[in-house]
Amino acid sequence: MKALPQLALTRVDAQRHTRKWTAGNSFGVILLVTLLACLPLLGAASEPPQTGAIVPPAAASPPDDGQWTMPAKNYASTRFSELSEINDGNVKNLQVAFTFSTGVNKGQEAAPLVVGNTMYIVTPFPNIVYALDLSRPGAPMKWKYEPNPEPAAQGVACCDVVNRGAAFADGRVFFNTLDGHTIALDANTGKPIWNTHIGNINIGETITMAPLVVKGKVLVGNSGGEMGVRGWVKALDAGDGHVVWTAYGTGPDKDVLIGPTFKPHYDMDKGKDLGVTTWPPEAWKIGGGNMWGWISYDPDLNLIFHGTGNPGPWNPDLRPGDNKWTSGIFARDPDTGAAKWFYQWSPHDLHDYDGINEQILLDMTWQGKPRKVLVRPERNGYLYILDRTTGEVLSAKPFGPVNSSKGVDLKTGRLIENPDKKTGTGKVVRDICPTASGLKDWQPSAFSPKTGLLYIPHNNLCMDEEGVEVNYIAGTPYVGMNVRMIPGPGGNRGAFTAWDVAAEKPAWSLKENFPVWSGAVVTAGDVVFYGTMEGWFKAVSARTGDLLWQFKTSSGIIGQPITYRGPDGHQYVAILSGVGGWAGAIVSGDLDPRDATAALGFVNAMKDLKNATTAGGTLYVFRLPR
Amino acid sequence: MIRRVAVLVSATLVLAACQREERDTRPQSALGSGEQPTPVTTLEPGGERPFHTDNKAASFEANAFHMSEGKRLFSWFNCSGCHANGGGGMGPALMDEKWIYGSSMESIHATIRDGRPNGMPSFRDKIPDDQIWELAAYVRSLSGNAPSSAAPQRNDDMMVHPSENRMPDAATLGKSP
Repeated sequence: MKALPQLALTRVDAQRHTRKWTAGNSFGVILLVTLLACLPLLGAASEPPQTGAIVPPAAASPPDDGQWTMPAKNYASTRFSELSEINDGNVKNLQVAFTFSTGVNKGQEAAPLVVGNTMYIVTPFPNIVYALDLSRPGAPMKWKYEPNPEPAAQGVACCDVVNRGAAFADGRVFFNTLDGHTIALDANTGKPIWNTHIGNINIGETITMAPLVVKGKVLVGNSGGEMGVRGWVKALDAGDGHVVWTAYGTGPDKDVLIGPTFKPHYDMDKGKDLGVTTWPPEAWKIGGGNMWGWISYDPDLNLIFHGTGNPGPWNPDLRPGDNKWTSGIFARDPDTGAAKWFYQWSPHDLHDYDGINEQILLDMTWQGKPRKVLVRPERNGYLYILDRTTGEVLSAKPFGPVNSSKGVDLKTGRLIENPDKKTGTGKVVRDICPTASGLKDWQPSAFSPKTGLLYIPHNNLCMDEEGVEVNYIAGTPYVGMNVRMIPGPGGNRGAFTAWDVAAEKPAWSLKENFPVWSGAVVTAGDVVFYGTMEGWFKAVSARTGDLLWQFKTSSGIIGQPITYRGPDGHQYVAILSGVGGWAGAIVSGDLDPRDATAALGFVNAMKDLKNATTAGGTLYVFRLPR
Repeated sequence: MIRRVAVLVSATLVLAACQREERDTRPQSALGSGEQPTPVTTLEPGGERPFHTDNKAASFEANAFHMSEGKRLFSWFNCSGCHANGGGGMGPALMDEKWIYGSSMESIHATIRDGRPNGMPSFRDKIPDDQIWELAAYVRSLSGNAPSSAAPQRNDDMMVHPSENRMPDAATLGKSP
């Protein structure tokens, strides 16, 4: 009873906020339409937020050297480039510098890397790595490496056969293959140095994430939350590839690497072996909690931060309990893997809300006090600000339409579920927002310390769900849910929202017809780049969201844009075009839109994508005219 | 007496009218059947060889009971996990006109039993052979390759696609009369 007033208050807050969001969103559209006519009005309406107040920790975001050595740009995961040769004034002149066909027509979710004079690309299955020589005209191929993963792995990859990129460190390129190998290549020659087999496709394990290299360790997690795969994160020795530690996402404390240093902030995460006791007997062994998303690292605190995926199966009736440690976030010591704290975004997740999105590490003043925070646009629809030293939730505001929950109780840290949207066996629940793919899925956002805005590519979808019975058969899907997705409020299936981190509200939001399944990058030139599933590569103003330039690529874009300084000293922007991923599976997998549940229900919302784009796989690199 | 005969005759007639398709409600649970050759291509150097039919194929194909069982098993063995309710996902769509490894009962049976190299697992020794045939018969009905009088009707579950007996007949689809 004591918690009630607090609860009621949070609900009101969430509702009021949703209204604000809608107003902000439509305002953004008006801005776009009346672009030139209202120029003075526009300037006044989009007052740039306080600058300088919010910055990534210096140790996690060293000064920009013009390279791009990891998909998130730096350990703080800002995806912010200090390059400013291309700016909001001249970006309209961008032109193609060169293109390159990856030879693979599946979803291209990877970020290219640029180290010295070389660009590295990893393709979707069969996970070919190309090195392109940027110092020569047309960037010819320096070498390529074909790992030849097992073709059978394609049959256990939940949502297209994607790969989210490689990582560079100490003269080596590290990447993962769909069939569960982590491989280190000599960056100069493309020769393999080591190859460690850590995933087993016969139980449904695949690897799609980009590794992160921290203190001589390659951090890798598995995929398979739709196959009843028990999640883990492993640290492999960057030198020889041996596994240094493994931290599971479910099970007894010793497997999860929970020990004496584990100090979760909220009571709901305290107790012995919660990874076992919050499940029906033995269910944790096939319970998911996979780590297929993003990891950040704070060198000052010596902590890595990573999320955990959805619990399996999706049908929540089959796994009563909080299902630790799924749909949450861990802070761990990178040397030992020992957990420092944990927070669960979605306890007893009802709707496949994986908790694996990117976390941006920032230092900011919060209610008068300097705080080390972690900003997370989460799949369940909330923009969380956590104290990254303790895991305390400072703020959780919806950044789009959410009705599956009614806010976050900041006292207990618990998500307040909406009982009207609770699914179960034999029960059809309609119009649940956001969908299983979340208000935002894996597609990473970018933060500019110049504007204080977080640029979030995301979805605007709702869904109908019906829980059904499901049998666990190792190596086959373990979902137990009929899902069909539909466009969210307003009819636009995607949005690109600039979120004012300090003010906890959107600064502007752009509507997109299809989900924005690409990542974002923002530069000191006040330009933000992202792509659409029709194939447009767009540059918008970091301050106003005005469209400054766009280029139609050969296929839908779901990749991660990057920007770098080329060997000629000039700034370039690169993006992989090639539709696919979960959202684009209808095209890359040639699925049939007459079945609303195809691709776990995503196809129902994407019926017209086959008319808008075709499969592809091409790198585009842009520069200003000489 | 004449009345009795009339009743007897009409009863016989009525019963005769009840001639229904056979329901093999207790299919043999033996594992594996013949190792029938199932080419996955129609390209055969030197001309097409005669097609070897499996005698089981005919008894399962287009049989309402077996297709209905196949539909149940399609969820039971998690086929629906990859192929959804026919539209596909991790695996290809089954309700369209595209067949990677052949559309015959024998080909589909072989696909389920032996697997295929790009991700289709092998269910050999995991699913009783007759149930594989039932699955094959149901898979054909997803794309209109079964008489609408026998194909399964709509689900009790959330309506997710046109029911199998309402699929356009694949035999006549897109062909001139």
